[in-house]
Amino acid sequence: MSFFLETLFGGLMAGMLYALVALGFVLIFKASGVFNFAQGAMVLFAALAMARFSEWIPQWFGIGSALVANVLAFLMAGLCMVLIAWLVERLALRYLVNQEGATLLMATLGISYFLDGLGQTIFGSNIYQINIGMPKDPVFILEQAFEGGLLINKEDLYAALIAAVLVATLSVFFQKTATGRALRAVADDHQAALSIGIPLNRIWVIVWSVAGVVALVAGMIWGSKLGVQFSLATVALRALPVLILGGLTSVPGAIIGGLIIGVGEKLSEVYLGPLVGGGIEIWFAYVLALVFLLVRPQGLFGEKIIDRV
Amino acid sequence: MLYRENGQIKTSYRADQQILPIEQDRHAMLALLVTASVLIPSLASDYVLRAIGIPFLIMSLAALGVNILVGYCGQISLGSGAFMAIGAYGAFNLMARIPDMPLIPALLLGGFFAMIYGIGFGLPSLRVKGLYLAVATLAAQFFSDWLFLRVKWLTNHSSSGSVSVGNLHVGSLPIETPIQKYLFCLAFVIFFALIAKNLVRSAVGREWMAIRDMDVAAAVIGIRPTYAKLSAFAVSSFIIGIAGSLWAFVHLGAWEPAAFSVEISFRLLFMVIIGGMGSIMGGFLGAAFIVLLPIFLSQALPAVGGVFGFAISTATIAHIETMIFGGLIVWFLIVEPHGLSKLWSLGKQRLRIWPFPH
Repeated sequence: MSFFLETLFGGLMAGMLYALVALGFVLIFKASGVFNFAQGAMVLFAALAMARFSEWIPQWFGIGSALVANVLAFLMAGLCMVLIAWLVERLALRYLVNQEGATLLMATLGISYFLDGLGQTIFGSNIYQINIGMPKDPVFILEQAFEGGLLINKEDLYAALIAAVLVATLSVFFQKTATGRALRAVADDHQAALSIGIPLNRIWVIVWSVAGVVALVAGMIWGSKLGVQFSLATVALRALPVLILGGLTSVPGAIIGGLIIGVGEKLSEVYLGPLVGGGIEIWFAYVLALVFLLVRPQGLFGEKIIDRV
Repeated sequence: MLYRENGQIKTSYRADQQILPIEQDRHAMLALLVTASVLIPSLASDYVLRAIGIPFLIMSLAALGVNILVGYCGQISLGSGAFMAIGAYGAFNLMARIPDMPLIPALLLGGFFAMIYGIGFGLPSLRVKGLYLAVATLAAQFFSDWLFLRVKWLTNHSSSGSVSVGNLHVGSLPIETPIQKYLFCLAFVIFFALIAKNLVRSAVGREWMAIRDMDVAAAVIGIRPTYAKLSAFAVSSFIIGIAGSLWAFVHLGAWEPAAFSVEISFRLLFMVIIGGMGSIMGGFLGAAFIVLLPIFLSQALPAVGGVFGFAISTATIAHIETMIFGGLIVWFLIVEPHGLSKLWSLGKQRLRIWPFPH
């Protein structure tokens, strides 16, 4: 039982990271209808920037405090993501308005290659550490309930907390601020939003920046857990089934989809894997998403798009 | 004056429906075929054939297959690498298990396995399209990655999934030297390019294009979407599967599942975008571009760096290469969504009316 629960928790934690990446996708898709394949590359870029800045800043400014250095690095990495958002809008998106979804998808694929290359050219391509001072020692909880208790990583709990704060902030931002309302207006109807004076281009920059910051948080958590390296970019591919499951347009869907996929992957690996030779977590999520796609194409929480095929 | 169809009067339906209706085009094609099959093998060095010629031919074939699905039928596929892998491992299994299995039937049957796999993963296309379909085809990719890494029977119980073939021959002709390999691939490419060209001109090709352009309207005028989509998946994955088995057998010789990763799927999609979606020529141009660009950059970048006085490491070259790739994709999508082949046909159009502007 305790083994099952530990697996479950492990899955939930992995799922939360998927959810964070998927969240970036959802934000951009909601606000501009662009399926942003570059989200994974943005996570990598942000994490690389964060890791390297936190390493460089003490050397540049002679700051001894790790906390200050980390905060500065976070801000600078955030600034980089905003800059990228602006460049993407300026150089690519504004020329591709009103193109088909497939064209935009391929454009973001191009952007993702570009960011992969750029990030590694600037920041190097070794494995880097992000140390934001999260405690790494595991704790036992519920020792009375089970024999031996449950082994849980404190780091995971902090990561979950950070993610929860992020999601809460985002929902407040979307629901309560004028910019948030403008974002939702653009999501509903580009032209109507334009006609009441919402600047579409600026909205795009904002939404890509927000997605960039989400990518930064995802990259930071992931990087402090497993180190920053190129494989981080492939997280985007792991997040795709999450989107299908949760629905492309739903923030809660991204979270819940992420958790389901994370748990499903771990449980299937542990309990089904040995039967078929192991390593099935690579495709389990995809096959799950595929089956789901055939039953309910809009996902768990997505808007029903009436679209004859 | 040189490129003009004036005076070339068609007097039969046959003449009117030929692939290249303009005489100059026919001459150019003949010259191209002679160059590819006689001049290049006799002039190029072994290195050029091995490093450029053979990869270019095989990738063109694969891009041709992808183009049928993505360019002509409008179904986005990110699973091309999987179809290549199925073709390669399918042909490998036949060669390994059946004594004296002839090479060409093995390659064709490899394509046949890929076709079945392609139809299977094409089934979701009947329910979903666009982005969702991209995810479905990615599932095909990851499933095949796993399949050849973990299911030992398929790789003849090799420990890491890496397998090799040797001693290739057709009848009594060995396929060992680069020239022989090159000509072998060239024969496949010419054969399938001709078939593909004729398919897309025929009724089934028009059905694909109708589905691509507007599926609801296509269904209204009596095109069966099921048949059109699945036939596109079948033809496309068959050709990609053969390209995969050629890539493995002829180009690599020994390979492992990672040779057909999702990376190769992306590259094939890029070839189609850059070369031109919905154009047979586009596959060739795109393949040439993607095969040649890394070679060009690995030569040019250190030279450029040398001019400015700093050395560029190979890792940096690789990163700059991906950057340039990515940038070019976006640039092409913005500037010329129809790719290099559109530029080519625009050029021809200009030539036809030269010296007049209209």
